[in-house]
Amino acid sequence: MTFMDEEIFFSIRLSLQVASVATALIILTGIPTAYLLARKNFRGREILDVVLTLPLVLPPTVTGYYLIIVFGRKGIIGSTIYEWTGWNIMFTWQAAVLASFVVAFPLMLKTARAAIESVDENFINVSYTLGHSEWKTALLVILPLAKRGIVAGVVLTFARAMGEFGATLMIAGNLPGRTDTMPIAIYTLAGSGEWSKAHVMVILLTMISGFFLYIVNRYSKRIL
Amino acid sequence: MGKSISSFIKFLSGDIWDSRQKEFDMKKRHRLFIVLFSICLVTLTASFASASEAITVSAAISLKNAFEEIGKIYEPKHHTKVIFNFGASGNLLKQIAGGAPVDVFASAAQKDMDEAEKQGFIISETRRNFAGNSVVLIVPADAKTSLKSFEGLSLAEIKRIAAGNPKTVPAGRYADEVFHYYNILDLIKEKLIFTENVRQALDYVVRGEVDAGVVYATDAAIEEKTVRVVVTAPESSHKPVIYPVAIVKGTKNKPAAMAFIALLRSAQGKEILQKYGFQPTQ
Repeated sequence: MTFMDEEIFFSIRLSLQVASVATALIILTGIPTAYLLARKNFRGREILDVVLTLPLVLPPTVTGYYLIIVFGRKGIIGSTIYEWTGWNIMFTWQAAVLASFVVAFPLMLKTARAAIESVDENFINVSYTLGHSEWKTALLVILPLAKRGIVAGVVLTFARAMGEFGATLMIAGNLPGRTDTMPIAIYTLAGSGEWSKAHVMVILLTMISGFFLYIVNRYSKRIL
Repeated sequence: MGKSISSFIKFLSGDIWDSRQKEFDMKKRHRLFIVLFSICLVTLTASFASASEAITVSAAISLKNAFEEIGKIYEPKHHTKVIFNFGASGNLLKQIAGGAPVDVFASAAQKDMDEAEKQGFIISETRRNFAGNSVVLIVPADAKTSLKSFEGLSLAEIKRIAAGNPKTVPAGRYADEVFHYYNILDLIKEKLIFTENVRQALDYVVRGEVDAGVVYATDAAIEEKTVRVVVTAPESSHKPVIYPVAIVKGTKNKPAAMAFIALLRSAQGKEILQKYGFQPTQ
């Protein structure tokens, strides 16, 4: 069995690593953002929503292009980081995390925002009336009631991050043994005619993604 | 056709409806109009597109600028549209293998054409060499670097080197041969940034995302303001860069495809190739 060689293992491990880190970051930032967008009224609220959701509808290559302009060595933010530290995110596995983060973020934002908005206002008012602070109300009342949507968002985020290709290719490149996540490795394998290896990866990726979708369905059913 | 459409609409909106439904019905009728209109539009544009003849040319991306100019001469001369498909030769070959409707294939390396010939994708008798190129080491024009040679790539100051992915990009394979020739591959392995085609390697240097890159002399010439050629790889350090062209089997327009290859090898074609830095073959 030469199918399961080191390259394939590396890509699987890298994909899981990138998707996990990106998902963790999205949970940390996405839920508070969704809460703000759902419950607070502030100037530019809908514009913020549109900007954060754009990567969902833009071609990933366009998202990747923006990321290069912002985070590249001569980028708006990238150049400052490079001057200070001599380090640049491009062509590193962290760049793959960044690409996955930006592209998968809207999935979390949309599902969590909808879930938080659908929480019955009466429960929230009761919580305030009984003297709970906003923090406590958010953590003990709103988020538990919106749990189903949030968990669905987390799983979708992970599945999307696993499958991210276009933006990743642009900012993290295709460096064998360093930034070739499963989708990128499959692209190279198909391009160079190594079909047997490509088959193995395609099947694995399909199974992993299918498994996560199954979890989403099951989880939402159980709660219903 | 117009008559049948109008009677069809009349039928849909006809007397069988009572007046209460009329208003709703009007909306429906509008919607129907929009649908029919878009169908007409699509069929019209589709028939226009197929009205004039066209050939599809899959060419190595390093040929892009020269081929586009040659295409502009070809189109009015032969009353045939040229649709270009530029990419890495390896990927172009895979597309042809997958049944892409291509008439002419021009690759940047003999290897890909050999492969195409071996697998029976091209008409062997039509295969011709038409241009040569050389491999150069480039740096961003504004870079303050002491890089003087390929050996210098192993210096600590050079952190990232862009080159085509040797698996699919001929320029990457030539670069790989040069690295082997200078025996520096192991020293620079960690610095290599593989790109999907040679122009991407060029672009990374232009943007300053990498410290150096290996591309064709013709690529460097296009960006003469933003990149600087450090050194040209000696001819003995890599297989000769000679571009072959051939007609793809299953072409629906062999005479037009032949005419394109003839134009490439004509005095006019050679002049354009030369203008972009290629060495036309005799």
